[in-house]
Amino acid sequence: MFVATDLNRQNDKIQQRWRILFMVMTLLLILPVLIILLLLIIRGGPMISWTFLFEFPEQGMTAGGIFPALLGTIFLVSVALIASVPLGIAAALYLSEYAGDNWLTRVINLAIINLAGVPSIVHALFGVGAFVIFFGFGTSILAASLTLAIMTLPVVIVATKESLQAVPQAFREACWSMGATRWQTIRRIVIPNAVSGILTGIILEVSRTAGETAPIMFTGAAFFLPFLPESVFDSTMALSLHLYVISTQVPGVPEALPYGVALLLIAIVLVMNAISIAFRVYLRGKKKW
Amino acid sequence: MADQKQEQPMQAATSIDAIDKRNLDWFLDKGVQVLIFIGGISAIIFVLGIFVFITKEGFDFVLSRFDLAEFFTSPNWRPTSSANPTYGALALIVGTASVTGTAMIVAIPFSLGAAIYIGEFATGKTREALKILVELLAAIPSVVWGFIGLSIMNALIIDLFNVPIGLNIFNAGVILGLMAAPIMTTIAEDALKAVPDEYRAAAEAMGATRWQVIRKVVLPAAKNGLVAAVLLGVGRGFGETMAVLMATGHSVQIPDSIFDSVRALTATIAAELGETAVGSDHYGALFTLGIFLFIVTFLINLTADLVVRGIKKK
Repeated sequence: MFVATDLNRQNDKIQQRWRILFMVMTLLLILPVLIILLLLIIRGGPMISWTFLFEFPEQGMTAGGIFPALLGTIFLVSVALIASVPLGIAAALYLSEYAGDNWLTRVINLAIINLAGVPSIVHALFGVGAFVIFFGFGTSILAASLTLAIMTLPVVIVATKESLQAVPQAFREACWSMGATRWQTIRRIVIPNAVSGILTGIILEVSRTAGETAPIMFTGAAFFLPFLPESVFDSTMALSLHLYVISTQVPGVPEALPYGVALLLIAIVLVMNAISIAFRVYLRGKKKW
Repeated sequence: MADQKQEQPMQAATSIDAIDKRNLDWFLDKGVQVLIFIGGISAIIFVLGIFVFITKEGFDFVLSRFDLAEFFTSPNWRPTSSANPTYGALALIVGTASVTGTAMIVAIPFSLGAAIYIGEFATGKTREALKILVELLAAIPSVVWGFIGLSIMNALIIDLFNVPIGLNIFNAGVILGLMAAPIMTTIAEDALKAVPDEYRAAAEAMGATRWQVIRKVVLPAAKNGLVAAVLLGVGRGFGETMAVLMATGHSVQIPDSIFDSVRALTATIAAELGETAVGSDHYGALFTLGIFLFIVTFLINLTADLVVRGIKKK
């Protein structure tokens, strides 16, 4: 029979202490952020209303709503998705279905890590140099969205690659042995089995794209516009930049206004993320293989 | 997996059956393969593109006006001075380094502690809930963090520490630490998860307590992954723009204390690019800062990748 010795008891005591220390550290990491979120809700919550969401800013952005910024963010995210989703899926298909274990694959993976790691303001400089000046798009939704698309490409690639690789190899082999080409196998077997995982990645990208500020500052987002953009070659307001502008650049903004914008922005991002996570958890529960 | 893939189209060249198969589907397959390959190498094209375009815009400045010694040793960033503009980035580099350093003092212990708790101690639903919470925290946009620094932290620091300005290294460092910690926690937890369960089982079979297993087996085995997590956190702090722009106080100086305002490299570009004329010295100087940022983050990411690769080789 096992009898606890003094040494066992001492070891257990040490373990308990460390366990509690790490638990406290985890809580200290999470709690301040939850308190901050609560503060944002308390101070910004009363601002959120139909007029706030659907009216133009008034009196030099010190009153009124944020409609053009909200709409602008939706435009920017949509155009960015149109550009990055096909490209990201293609890159993930290459890495998952075609690439061998060779130097090119290693370089691609390193490039993806770097694309995610390059500072957002450097992406902005690239957007200015490439899209605004070199390709002549000017400061426009197109230039800003393409900059955002390149910046968030790694999000789509990584999520898509993971869900493609989760499709069992036997599914592909069964399909090949019936004489299907590689593309037929991908289109009929691999993608249908991975589509929900790919969607999760796209939702995550929406959340990421909506919150970015630095990459759009000089490529297509404007401080203030009294009208809505009419084409992708117009510049637009954006929610994230609007928060920066009214909290640092505009004098006399009532205190609650930026809290309202911050709350709205964070709500969009967190709801998108939560949907993506819930979707993932749900799929994991349903998985048949 | 790779071997199986290569076998499939092999017999194509010789057998007559295979030639018959060169129908629409065959050409479609080849066509799609080319498109997917282009998509596959797009990340490489973009990283090269970023380097080429920021270098192109900064090139004239680097050739005509740039002085390496001035850039790294002079604290005088006066690009708008009409008589004698100077482009010393030392104060900006010190600003970025001091904020990132403070952020890491906050983030490293807490994120590693949280990773150990979530990965090794917590179980079942608690663990899932904590993981999801950490993932959500990582998603908060940097401009919102900047606003929190500007509004909530600023007032708090003035009250607590009795200093005249709450926008300083301490503010930006704490904000950046809170921002970077969830990402570092996730990467560090992945590194702990990568340690095979057999290692833990073997140690537990010898009578080790869970803490002994963690300290003597899991942590040494996951060491490289943890170092990579810290490196990626440093890279993230180094390149963060909006939060640092809004919370540092944005004044060009070599700081004496943690409650001094500073200005970061990234924030300088964000604040000044809108005011410069395309092609001017000032414009080129900002792109030169961009080249510097690109190279440093590239090296940090490369190092992190090499460190992780180190474990896989073993």
